[in-house]
Amino acid sequence: MSFHPQMPYGEGWHKSERFIPEAGPAFEFTPEHRAQLEELCTHYPPERRKSAVISALYMVQAQQGHITGNAMRHVAEVIGCTPADVEDVVTYYVMFFTKPVGKYVLQVCRTLSCALNGAEQVTAELCKHLHVTPNETTADGLFTVMEFECLGACDRAPVIMVNNEHWAEHQTPDRIPALVDGLRTQGLASLGGCHLVKERA
Amino acid sequence: MFEPVLTKYVNEPNGYTLDFYVQHGGYQAMKTALGMTPDAIVDSVKKSGLRGRGGAGFPTGLKWSFVPKDNPKPKYLCINADESEPGTFKDHVLLERNPHLLFEGCVIACRAIGARTCYIYIRGEFFHLQQQMEAELQKARAAGYVGKNILGSGEDCDIWIHRGAGAYEAGEETALIESLEGKRAQPRLKPPFPAVVGLYGCPTVVNNVETICNVPVIIEKGHEWFAAIGPEKNTGPKLFCVSGHVKKPGVYEAPMDTTLRQLIYDYAGGMRGDRQLKAIIPGGSSTPVLLPDKLDTHLSFDGMVAAGSMLGSAAVIVMDETTSMVWVAKNLIHFYKHESCGKCTPCREGVDWLYKILDKIERGDGEPRDVELLLSVCDNIGGKTLCPFGDAEIAPVLSTIQHFRDEYETYIRTGESPVQSDFRATEPVAAH
Ligand SMILES: Cc1cc2nc3c(=O)[nH]c(=O)nc-3n(C[C@H](O)[C@H](O)[C@H](O)COP(=O)(O)O)c2cc1C
Ligand code: SF4
Ligand code: FES
Repeated sequence: MSFHPQMPYGEGWHKSERFIPEAGPAFEFTPEHRAQLEELCTHYPPERRKSAVISALYMVQAQQGHITGNAMRHVAEVIGCTPADVEDVVTYYVMFFTKPVGKYVLQVCRTLSCALNGAEQVTAELCKHLHVTPNETTADGLFTVMEFECLGACDRAPVIMVNNEHWAEHQTPDRIPALVDGLRTQGLASLGGCHLVKERA
Repeated sequence: MFEPVLTKYVNEPNGYTLDFYVQHGGYQAMKTALGMTPDAIVDSVKKSGLRGRGGAGFPTGLKWSFVPKDNPKPKYLCINADESEPGTFKDHVLLERNPHLLFEGCVIACRAIGARTCYIYIRGEFFHLQQQMEAELQKARAAGYVGKNILGSGEDCDIWIHRGAGAYEAGEETALIESLEGKRAQPRLKPPFPAVVGLYGCPTVVNNVETICNVPVIIEKGHEWFAAIGPEKNTGPKLFCVSGHVKKPGVYEAPMDTTLRQLIYDYAGGMRGDRQLKAIIPGGSSTPVLLPDKLDTHLSFDGMVAAGSMLGSAAVIVMDETTSMVWVAKNLIHFYKHESCGKCTPCREGVDWLYKILDKIERGDGEPRDVELLLSVCDNIGGKTLCPFGDAEIAPVLSTIQHFRDEYETYIRTGESPVQSDFRATEPVAAH
């Protein structure tokens, strides 16, 4: 990636990379997702269906957990763009998973305000508790731990986002066992919603 | 203390609902605006002195007036709800607790610029807010406040919420437009500016959530009322985010003649554990670090520039005496390295070098020349990139070196941080 021949481009993934994930099994949207997508497309001018590509990719994830080459081809067909257009989007945005992930993806915010409030310790405890390192999935396929950049909830630091949609706020190392147990036994319902839902209850 | 305007009802359990909003005078400003000419609305916003709350502080009325009237193409309003600048969570409160204020502002702003469609680009991580907003938007549509032929006036304004998928750079206005078109969030070359060639090649205005939430207030209470709040040229109520080592982190609404000291010690309850204040980032991670000697500066666009930083997104990050500034720089550079869109070389390659050097110092392998090397890399990024991201990413490095050079030098000489923090992990967690 680097223009410097002797130096590899940093460690890990970079946004400017493009690649096609594994083809995976045959893919087709469920009729519900397909209908939902067609409704979303009406929000944009008729010749601009490509605007709905991000939404289409979220639907792929809802259907099979992560994004595969076959799913990308299907999205391109349904949206009416090239597979390369879809590849561009999939590989750029961090909320798309291009490899299988656990049933619960736990993303700990690592940026400054969370870090000043102990995010490093939360990640360390989570990894220790689940016997994984960041980006790994537990052997039972239940949990994937990842680090994430600022979620826009720095007043409730440190924050963990679960499955791209749910927030667990004010985390501390000693709250981790209960968080994991809750997910294991009661699933996402155990998170009880963000502070908003809790304040209203 | 200042009586909040934008966040007046945020602690009401039902403050976010259409019923509550209408009962408390909601959508009245929209009715007034539907009886005004577009020019009169733009004029009123100009006179109010409202400056954009997204980061740059550009006068909103002026931005609107750049939209060409004679262009036959449709015009668009895009609301920037990408809120990704580290330390920022103010739009979050408005989206969560006052969504109808935003919708009302969208309708008024669309009328002002001649747009009939508005997209609210919301960051993917705010999905739980989006679901609630969609439900409220649906109610507003059913009640005739949004959509076709609003309240029988013949005016149309469709509002759609568009979900992003995790990219800081999508907050840059032309990158936001690219992302809305279903592409990578990479900025476009300017000019042409979005006001002339924006979304789908049409004239487009991109405004921040908080900016647009001020619009109904201006129409309802009058531009004179608005302009009388805060210092000259920095008018109106402002939301401040406070996070880090304070007792009460949160969003506080105040005029822009509030000082950093008032915000940290009065609003946010002071330093946690009553430790010493070491440094402040006043406007989100992209703005230079300030020392406590600037505590009595006004938190205004102009006040922060005079103090050597920027108001940015008004995201105040407070750090106490136990914070290592080399580590702060590394933490933030990790963010920028992760978020660089990769379109231009100085930013993409430069930020990676900055990270490597800072990481090396942090591991205890720093060399005496590294500080100069960091400054030289910064020099090769600043002002040499396609979008302001380049200048943003060097701010934490340059300003921590400027104020804490001795800390860097001690770290390099001894191989250990001169500052010990109890909030850090004993061993770094390495990703595979
Ligand atoms: C790298 C980068 C990230 C940005 N992120 C945001 C953001 O998350 N939210 C926002 O409102 N503005 C953001 N901006 C500023 C926007 O480009 C734009 O100036 C703003 O949305 C204009 O709205 P305003 O005039 O109402 O402030 C960002 C700018 C840059 C360069
Ligand atoms: S400065 Fe960075 S974020 Fe901006 S266009 Fe260049 S590579 Fe992309
Ligand atoms: S730093 Fe973690 S949410 Fe902002």
